[in-house]
Amino acid sequence: MVRHASIERGLLLLSPADNVAVTRVALAAGSTHHVGTAAIVIRADVAAGFKIALCEIASGEKIVKYGAPIGSATRVIQPGEVVHLDNMKSDYIATHARGGAAPAAGGAG
Amino acid sequence: MRGWARADGRKGIRNIVAVVYLVECAHHVAREIVSACRDDDVHLIGFPGCYPNEYASHMMRRLCTHPNVGAVLLVSLGCESFDRDGLLAAVAGSGRPAELLVIQQSGGTRKTIESGRAAVTRMKSQIAAWQPVPMQVSELVVGTICGGSDGTSGLTANPAMGRAFDGLVAQGAACIFEETGELIGCEGHMAARAVTPALAAEITRCVAKAARYYSVLGYGSFAPGNADGGLTTVEEKSMGAYAKSGAAQICGLLKPGDLPPGGGLYLLDVVPDGEVRFGFPNISDNAEIVELIACGAHTVLFSTGRGSVVGSAIAPVIKVCANPETYRRMADDMDVDAGRILEGAATVDEVGEEILGRVIGAAGGMRTKSEEMGHREFILTYKAFEPIGPACLPLSPRGRAA
Repeated sequence: MVRHASIERGLLLLSPADNVAVTRVALAAGSTHHVGTAAIVIRADVAAGFKIALCEIASGEKIVKYGAPIGSATRVIQPGEVVHLDNMKSDYIATHARGGAAPAAGGAG
Repeated sequence: MRGWARADGRKGIRNIVAVVYLVECAHHVAREIVSACRDDDVHLIGFPGCYPNEYASHMMRRLCTHPNVGAVLLVSLGCESFDRDGLLAAVAGSGRPAELLVIQQSGGTRKTIESGRAAVTRMKSQIAAWQPVPMQVSELVVGTICGGSDGTSGLTANPAMGRAFDGLVAQGAACIFEETGELIGCEGHMAARAVTPALAAEITRCVAKAARYYSVLGYGSFAPGNADGGLTTVEEKSMGAYAKSGAAQICGLLKPGDLPPGGGLYLLDVVPDGEVRFGFPNISDNAEIVELIACGAHTVLFSTGRGSVVGSAIAPVIKVCANPETYRRMADDMDVDAGRILEGAATVDEVGEEILGRVIGAAGGMRTKSEEMGHREFILTYKAFEPIGPACLPLSPRGRAA
């Protein structure tokens, strides 16, 4: 089967200002994907629709997607890492995961 | 497109009989009346509470006089506080066949179910004689909601529904987007799209109200499934949800049950006013769908990534699936496959056109997937709202006069 170039692009950059890209399909750990001139090595298996860090992100730094801040890093995040509940939090209202735990919760909310 | 002309000038794209329980104690009897009818155009709606609530009363009047509703049967236990005579008079005054059964005065369960079946049969034959008339896109009211969102919702289905909204607004339809609790973080951008500075201030205020309300409750408008699908925070979900609104100017701010005064794009404020009472603003997606319908929505566009299956009583729901993997798992439930955008098989504009076509199709009588499968969910609970101020509808005669 012929594989089209577009099908091989695993990461979507939604805005040039973003420090995360979105997985367009499920990606395997160790695979390399290009965003602009940067080559990003995925650090863990990840499903479609998740966020991957494009650069080192400092603890407390804003996570930027769609060109807008969508929360803050809760620890240093390495390029290629999945950015999710265990390394970022909301700047508005804490996120509650299944089972009542509030991983990455910030503040009293 | 064709519609049933109602006395208030609006037209309906369906001609259903609504069977309405006015307290949970009348729910079973009303449900038995509906199931005995075995008719896709006889729908069950109701309010479970025994205590009075101005919001629920207003919503029920709007729903029972919705243009898709041709006739109404009210089912009361007898001792609940709902103003059944006021509702009956409002429906009858709208030119619709309307009947009331009070279980305590009708001989109890069996006899009321029998009387109810006879009443529905009678009303069905009355409204079957009404002929539909031609209807224009400019006479449509369309709502939009997202449910079971994931990381793909904001990339595919929501932007495509936004394009469909742009197309509908350009043709003069009224389009309503909502859930200010899922627009937290977007208030500045939304305010810049308002037709007047005073409306911009109202929009900013209503998002701040939502953020405060949800903070008190300790939960954002964010379900565990959203996180399973790659979304991490409420503001991230908001950015994706906001894409549903398209690019038109925002010409008004409505509250549940307010009818848009003309074509254009409206924001619906679903978060109650005043101190936090009665719990979460909307306990599930269908509560929001019911509020859109109470604002006159003929049909509701519903985007889902994780895979929602719901439909609604009164108005058809058109389901737009954002995630290609979900679509493959649940194709029977989905009207539109927006995941093709993610796979490079279609553009956002192409899927937007397809959604627009589905709206026109549904308005022309084509059944949506959820309608075909008998999904007619309905939920209405306690809330409290202040009326909207004059700055909320700057283009309406009422707004200009003030």
